[in-house]
Amino acid sequence: MAVRAIEAVGINKWFGESEPRTHAVKDVNFEANFGEIVYVVGPSGSGKTTMLSMISGILRPNSGTVKIEGTEIWNMSADALADFRLHKIGFVFQDYHLFPRLTTAENVAIPLVLQRRDWDESLAEARRDLEVVGLRDRAQLPPVKLSGGEQQRVAIARAIISRPDIMIFDEPTASLDGETGRNIVQFVREHLLSDKRCIVIVTHDSRIYEFADRILRMEDGRMTGVERSQLNAQ
Amino acid sequence: MPPMSPRLEPGILRIAYKLLVNDRPKFVALLVGITFAVFLMIEMTSLFAGILLRSSSTVINIGSSIWVMDPAVQTVANTIPLPNYVLDEVRSIPGVKYAVPLYSGSALLKLRDGTYQAANVVGLDDTSLVGSPQMVSGNIQDIFAENAFIAVEDSEFYKLGNPHIGTEFELNDHRGRIVALARVASSSLFGVPTLYTTYYRALQYIPNTRFTISYVLVEPKTAADVNTIKARVAADGYLALTRDEFMSKISRFYMYQTGIGTNMLLMTLISFIVGLSISGQTFYTFILENIDRFGALKAIGAKSHELVSMILFQATFVALTGYGFGVGLCALIIWLARAHLPDYAAIITFPNLGLAFAMVVVIAASSSYFGVRRVLVIEPFDIFRG
Repeated sequence: MAVRAIEAVGINKWFGESEPRTHAVKDVNFEANFGEIVYVVGPSGSGKTTMLSMISGILRPNSGTVKIEGTEIWNMSADALADFRLHKIGFVFQDYHLFPRLTTAENVAIPLVLQRRDWDESLAEARRDLEVVGLRDRAQLPPVKLSGGEQQRVAIARAIISRPDIMIFDEPTASLDGETGRNIVQFVREHLLSDKRCIVIVTHDSRIYEFADRILRMEDGRMTGVERSQLNAQ
Repeated sequence: MPPMSPRLEPGILRIAYKLLVNDRPKFVALLVGITFAVFLMIEMTSLFAGILLRSSSTVINIGSSIWVMDPAVQTVANTIPLPNYVLDEVRSIPGVKYAVPLYSGSALLKLRDGTYQAANVVGLDDTSLVGSPQMVSGNIQDIFAENAFIAVEDSEFYKLGNPHIGTEFELNDHRGRIVALARVASSSLFGVPTLYTTYYRALQYIPNTRFTISYVLVEPKTAADVNTIKARVAADGYLALTRDEFMSKISRFYMYQTGIGTNMLLMTLISFIVGLSISGQTFYTFILENIDRFGALKAIGAKSHELVSMILFQATFVALTGYGFGVGLCALIIWLARAHLPDYAAIITFPNLGLAFAMVVVIAASSSYFGVRRVLVIEPFDIFRG
């Protein structure tokens, strides 16, 4: 049986030491396979982001297990888990979180620099990935000189530069107009998805549902249902 | 996944460097803050060092190895005359190569234009002229001529009306005549010109107390004899100090028994606090502005110690750069001041530089401490949560 990209079983997360505690994620099971794009949708406060953080090795669950490629990540030490994220997971944050004082290429190169790769080699790699996302000619500009869609592409280039097996997108279209958002997700589907990669996207944006292989719905901290995307329905 | 060693690669520090220097307004504010703090700290302590040095100018200029004095003497200027037998007593100590009297006192001169000017008069031993200054013009032997005085061309020289050889003046109704011009290693602290003459002429010209020897200057036969001489002098109820000990005694007096030390220390502390406030606040703001990105780095896979290294590197870089600029600025200002103000006393010493460096280290450590704390508590989850 093929190893799943992500497999979470019975994960719970609550905030606060004593009652009344906020139970953000309640006994959730989640799985994602290589070669698919999985959306997690649901209203604000439903626990999507908390769940995403737990399955990506950022937030420790109070109970339950999370395996990535068959490895139980929450048994690792903090440094080992950081290394694991650095090599295995690419993050695209909602607000991009690009350094305004670095050039676009330097921002993209950061994961390789953290992997202790040579500076010039990292920048060269960053320029190649900027070409992949169509921003080769923006390499020397600071991110603040770019449009929202372009900054999103820079964040994607930063996420893919370490060739991660798993990519995590947090509301990738939230700051973009409809057409740019669709273009971005279409680009992700066409250029980044492969048999060896799994992509998880948390979103509110129903306009991009067509690009998902599976859509999971969360409400009130629970996984309430599975929606087939229009793409799969066709 | 390759194993990661704890070694820090320069790439991370390069990112830290670029984050710092590319934020021009904050980088400049940080540099200005530390530069001026260092400048003020070194300037204050240099002024103090210069004052202390000048307070011992007579000791430096005479250059005797051992000075015998009354134990109550606090500074070289406040002499307590010694009885003549002290000179004989010292000369009788085994291990003394020679011992000579020195007169040091103040006098009021009446210059050719009728104005009065206070001066310090140094009376050298008539037979040996031990402690004589370096001649600029004229001959040291001319000091034995009638009414002869040697004027010192230091920063106070102009107060004598810029005399030349042959210039005459009155000292206590005695005629005085400049027979030579000399230079000394250190100018006086007290803003009065200095005249050299012979010991006995000084006694003749200047009203004196019952005892007349200001100091007995002693040269030991060997370095090993110093302690013996000191012990014998102490047994007679007097004090023998080496040149360095005497200078330290004078410095301690100015540091602890006058307001100079307290005031200088206060100004240095104020400079330190100003530097700490400006730099600390600016650096903390700099960290706060980037806190989300540091959180993003953590999410991507940066370890806490790498982020701490980035912050410490930034703080160290800005501190050392500011320190360098501060030292350079201080050296430039002191050089310019000394070129135009001969009385300017500041002198940069290694202890001054060390003190300022220590204070800069404290500034950098304090500034980075709060930044490090913020970076360590930021959770990558906070980045997701927005």
